[in-house]
Amino acid sequence: MELYRSHILVCGGTGCVSSDSLKIEERFIDLIEKNDLKNEAKVVKTGCFGLCEAGPIVIVYPEGAFYSQLKVEDVDTIVSEHLVKGRIVTDLLYKESIQEGEMQSINDVGFYKKQERVALRNCGVINPEVIEEYIAYDGYEALGRVLTDMTPEEVIQIVKDSGLRGRGGGGFPTGLKWDFTAKAEGDQKYVACNADEGDPGAFMDRSVLEGDPHVIIESMAIAAYAVGANKGYVYIRAEYPIAVNRLQIAIDQAKDMGLLGENIFDTDFSFDMEIRLGAGAFVCGEETALINSIEGKRGMPRPRPPFPAVKGIFNKPTLLNNVETYANVPQIILRGAEWFSSIGTEKSKGTKVFALGGKINNTGLLEIPMGTTLREAIYDVGGGIPNGKAFKAVQTGGPSGGCIPAAHIDTPIDYDNLIELGSMMGSGGMIVMDEDNCMVDIARFFLDFTVEESCGKCTPCRDGTKRMLEMLDKIAAGTGTVEDLTKLQTLAKTIKNASLCGLGQTAPNPVLSTLHYFMDEYEAHVHEKRCPAGVCKALLNYMVIDEKCKKCGICAAKCPVNCISGTKGKTVYHIDTEQCIKCNACLEACPFDAIKKG
Amino acid sequence: MKSLEELRKLRKDSLDQVDMRRSGKGTRIVVGMATCGISAGARPVMMALVEEVKKRTLQDVTVTQTGCIGACRLEPMFEVYRAGEEKVTYVHMDGEKAKRVVAEHIVNGKVVQEYTIGAYEK
Ligand SMILES: Cc1cc2nc3c(=O)[nH]c(=O)nc-3n(C[C@H](O)[C@H](O)[C@H](O)COP(=O)(O)O)c2cc1C
Ligand code: SF4
Ligand code: SF4
Ligand code: SF4
Ligand code: FES
Ligand code: FES
Repeated sequence: MELYRSHILVCGGTGCVSSDSLKIEERFIDLIEKNDLKNEAKVVKTGCFGLCEAGPIVIVYPEGAFYSQLKVEDVDTIVSEHLVKGRIVTDLLYKESIQEGEMQSINDVGFYKKQERVALRNCGVINPEVIEEYIAYDGYEALGRVLTDMTPEEVIQIVKDSGLRGRGGGGFPTGLKWDFTAKAEGDQKYVACNADEGDPGAFMDRSVLEGDPHVIIESMAIAAYAVGANKGYVYIRAEYPIAVNRLQIAIDQAKDMGLLGENIFDTDFSFDMEIRLGAGAFVCGEETALINSIEGKRGMPRPRPPFPAVKGIFNKPTLLNNVETYANVPQIILRGAEWFSSIGTEKSKGTKVFALGGKINNTGLLEIPMGTTLREAIYDVGGGIPNGKAFKAVQTGGPSGGCIPAAHIDTPIDYDNLIELGSMMGSGGMIVMDEDNCMVDIARFFLDFTVEESCGKCTPCRDGTKRMLEMLDKIAAGTGTVEDLTKLQTLAKTIKNASLCGLGQTAPNPVLSTLHYFMDEYEAHVHEKRCPAGVCKALLNYMVIDEKCKKCGICAAKCPVNCISGTKGKTVYHIDTEQCIKCNACLEACPFDAIKKG
Repeated sequence: MKSLEELRKLRKDSLDQVDMRRSGKGTRIVVGMATCGISAGARPVMMALVEEVKKRTLQDVTVTQTGCIGACRLEPMFEVYRAGEEKVTYVHMDGEKAKRVVAEHIVNGKVVQEYTIGAYEK
């Protein structure tokens, strides 16, 4: 192994790869070769750093210089200035890492300061395709200790004591689930990892697999030892090619080193695993549908009980956990249950990874201790709302969750608080909305998703969600009635109670929570035929604000249907609302902000 | 991989490789590598430092470079930063001298006074 004076970490996460980070990597390798720095500087491709918004990202160590939004040409400058001459290229640094002209450590930048990285600890730090780098950061130590030094019961006890709960949505206590599976009768048992991650906008699990695939292998082996399984499956969407590829490389490396296979660490324990690709249906993330899909059947849910712990893959007892749940386990073994349970709130221990999106400055991936408030997540880590707009609500839990309004922004994030507010933790999507978002429109967006994704097995979910969507469409079109508002609520309750699986049972949540917190907005649509946020096109009216109009005529020249009248320099202009096709051209064109919609 | 000992040995070997990515502790050796430094022979000095640190499997020591330190006539030069100690600047370095600094200063904690900028300026 060679020692280098400089490491150049290039983000190889999906976000940065799509903004050309692979070409940047190539250029670095090229120029390092040309400048004869091959024995001094090493290029390392890592997983997501979390600040995808500012990608492509490169960090140069030992200085820890955090370069962002790089173009391929910028590599030439970094090599000739930073690598050859040792001068950090300040102009290319991530803006917030510069204070008073001095570069700060990235850990002091707002985005990273309040984060605590447990599940993501290796993401953006190691090269996920080199097992030695994982081992350098204590990789496989937990597995070694478990196999040589602990009984399965002791392992389960530590996981129980840690207070870890499932990160896949439900928040079921992980230790208890391991215990059930361990105690279930069966000659053959399986462990499985749920990496389906179908929520719109979510990419937490993908990032773990891309940035630190070995942690999943190690953790599943630990789980297998604890519950008495010898075979594991990772169920992952085929749409995640980088993650699939890196996980496969990791599995092969682990096999080569004897960390998977027969008699691991020279004990009686043997364990092997394989990847199963999913076609990308949201419902396949539901545990019974996932099991069907692994068995090669159609991915449809079945009633529970029996739970997978009793009857899972091929009817054998199966432990199913989420990617992020697994990613916590080796750290819990190494640092102890007490360490883990010292982080977080009374009933929600540890940290949670969120994918932050929507109207927010730092779109990206963050990991924060449970109990961090929504405000801290949105303003301190997320950097607040762009363009000085007002915060309106935050949506958590994806299509199963709800919208939490500004009044509750100081709520500490944990499983129970979010449920109390009519939302849920879900897998960790967090979408921020500002004054320009219409809540009827948001509810429609999520319901549209569930209607598409319903597997159609049971009527309340299949037909009920369609009826709800039709009513929302009516409301957005200005033809909704007061009865629609009450019918929405009763139908929502029926669907929640009568659906077979979690998809149907939670599908009405986005509608119910917006009805609860933003009834005035629904009423404005129904009674006044008005969309307060100016989103629902059918209800929009464009108007000239007479006092502001400077009679310049620019708007009239832009209007494609010639419905703006007035005389240049003489009279205030006027829009004929009947003719207007709501194209927004005049509003964009007016230099004096004299046109409003609403 | 048959035992925890084997794993731990591999970890120790691998850690040297990735060590510098952990933040801020330990010793930093910063070599002046602007144009004048390079032409005065800073590169062999840098390579000697890297070699020596590796040979002795020193943990928490990083060798890095900087631009103009501001005293071109004293090149090649480097600075040693250690937590809780004042910065020491070594001047007119070459590969052999650099190795001696690693052995005496970095490993044993004794500054090689005769090579420092203070000794030279007298
Ligand atoms: C419609 C639906 C989709 C789901 N999608 C996922 C998913 O993408 N990933 C996941 O881990 N769990 C998902 N779940 C939850 C799983 O059924 C299961 O509870 C979870 O994987 C258990 O792991 P955990 O205890 O570690 O959270 C979904 C549930 C439902 C009802
Ligand atoms: S609730 Fe919906 S997704 Fe679930 S089984 Fe019924 S129809 Fe399928
Ligand atoms: S562009 Fe604006 S200011 Fe000019 S005429 Fe139209 S509304 Fe009035
Ligand atoms: S919105 Fe379009 S169609 Fe309507 S008045 Fe403005 S420019 Fe004309
Ligand atoms: S993919 Fe590069 S920072 Fe997220
Ligand atoms: S350029 Fe080397 S000290 Fe100034």
